[in-house]
Amino acid sequence: MSYFIGELMTGGYGGADILRDCTIDVEQGEIAVIVGPNGAGKSTAMRAMLGMLELKQGSVRFRGKDITQLSPQDRIAEGIAFVPQTNNVFINMTVFENLEMGAFLRDDDISETLAQIFELFPILEQKQDQLAGELSGGQRQQVAVGRALMSQPSVLMLDEPTAGVSPIVMDELFDRILEIRQSGVAILMVEQNARQALSIADKGFVLVIGENRHTDTGQALLEDPEVRRSFLGG
Amino acid sequence: MDALTDIINAIVLLLNFIIVPGLTYGSQLALGALGVTLVFGILRFANFAHGDTMAFGTMVTILVTWWLQSQGINLGPLPTALLALPVGILFTIALLVFTDKLVYQYYRHHKAPPVTMMIASIGVMFMINGIVRFIIGPNDQRFLDGERYIIRARDFKAMTGLSEGLTIKVSQGLTIFVAILLVIALFWFLQKTRTGKAMRAYSDNEDLALLSGVNPDRVVLVTWILAATLATIAGTLYGLDKSFKPFTYFQLLLPMFAAAIVGGIGNPIGAIVGGYVIAFSEVVVTYAYRKVFIYLLPASLETEGLKQLLSTDYKFAVSFIILVLVLLVRPTGILKGKLL
Repeated sequence: MSYFIGELMTGGYGGADILRDCTIDVEQGEIAVIVGPNGAGKSTAMRAMLGMLELKQGSVRFRGKDITQLSPQDRIAEGIAFVPQTNNVFINMTVFENLEMGAFLRDDDISETLAQIFELFPILEQKQDQLAGELSGGQRQQVAVGRALMSQPSVLMLDEPTAGVSPIVMDELFDRILEIRQSGVAILMVEQNARQALSIADKGFVLVIGENRHTDTGQALLEDPEVRRSFLGG
Repeated sequence: MDALTDIINAIVLLLNFIIVPGLTYGSQLALGALGVTLVFGILRFANFAHGDTMAFGTMVTILVTWWLQSQGINLGPLPTALLALPVGILFTIALLVFTDKLVYQYYRHHKAPPVTMMIASIGVMFMINGIVRFIIGPNDQRFLDGERYIIRARDFKAMTGLSEGLTIKVSQGLTIFVAILLVIALFWFLQKTRTGKAMRAYSDNEDLALLSGVNPDRVVLVTWILAATLATIAGTLYGLDKSFKPFTYFQLLLPMFAAAIVGGIGNPIGAIVGGYVIAFSEVVVTYAYRKVFIYLLPASLETEGLKQLLSTDYKFAVSFIILVLVLLVRPTGILKGKLL
């Protein structure tokens, strides 16, 4: 049984179904990556697992418990954190306050988690009193991931964390994501940079028009000639 | 020596007719604009009912004040209304929470656009307006008691030997003092407390606040509580300083909105800056400077006329002009607020 799974999910935002019998799952200490062409329903699949759209069929289970009926907020309280692709920081609040907001539901001492995040992203410690809206794109992404980690989640969901950042920052972010995996968090991520994402992934899901086309380990998908030809550009 | 006395006299004159009234009126507008800006920042609509909410809160405060006075209870030198204020605030909170449940909640849950909410608030405005007139009537009400003056013109003249007097009314001193206290308390709340931070986060990025576990119902509730408190206190201070008349409170809507927008709507510091900008502009352009010129200019240059830029009848035009200018030149306001 999977740690966090959206099984045979079918549904959309009211109109036509965007997802069709789509299954995504991730284990603890594992990175699962959803890739696929534009409009394949990658982000939608992730949003469905967070409860941001109503499923017609299928279920979402977390630690063996059915959470299909839970609201996104209740799922967050269960230990699932989500980093949206855009608008993922509080621009009028300082970096420190952003991190504090990430720990909003916690009532224990957050200083240890804070220290861990400053260790992971040293730039955030330097800029902690600066408004998040004044940071560069790459630094904002770090704030966004840091905010999500402050809740000490069991599952971290990232929607295109490297969208719009430079290649150097992208490598840096992937390194950090690998470090986060070390701590036992289950990481589920949607990525536009399929090749690089699959290279760090334990598991990859190739979606096409809302259906699972290929599912395998990241390495196997990278070596699969069909996947290479259709989705990785040769 | 005479020249120096003339200059001091001119300064006292300006102090008496511009600085003190401007600070008082500015504080009242700032408190009103803070309520408008909080509702705009968090509930995301322009609340046209805010002026009449002020009237409602003030009305309850007046009724309780009258009752206290009839029981022979007073605060000595301070106005009895201060004792009645908490009751006024509680009733206003109840009113706003009730209207939210009855009206705004529906539109919020249906994700109605801000314009729909604004028009709904105009309906609420007429309702509250009617309730206030039904209960207390449309006429002028006075409810100030206790000491009238902190400094009287006559005493000031005797004390300083100047020919110009300075008057500071208790209501003016009280307004400025309470406004400062309230603003400090509000900013402490927004910056330091968990609920305050949740409100700022919600105003900044609603979706991300929800993803962080902020409870939207609680944020909305606290916003109405703050708006009711600010409105009742601002209204009562205004009523003590001038007088209470429901129509005047409805009219205050314009300078309050102007203050909130000029300062940068959704930005609490902007509301305060805007309040003073609007208040001082109104006072400065409608004051007759004849006497100041008499003090400052040599006798040979004396001319006829009041030296008044605008008649006080036009004071609302001042708010409008500043509002239009700011929207043309800097649509986000003096300090950066949300784009309307």
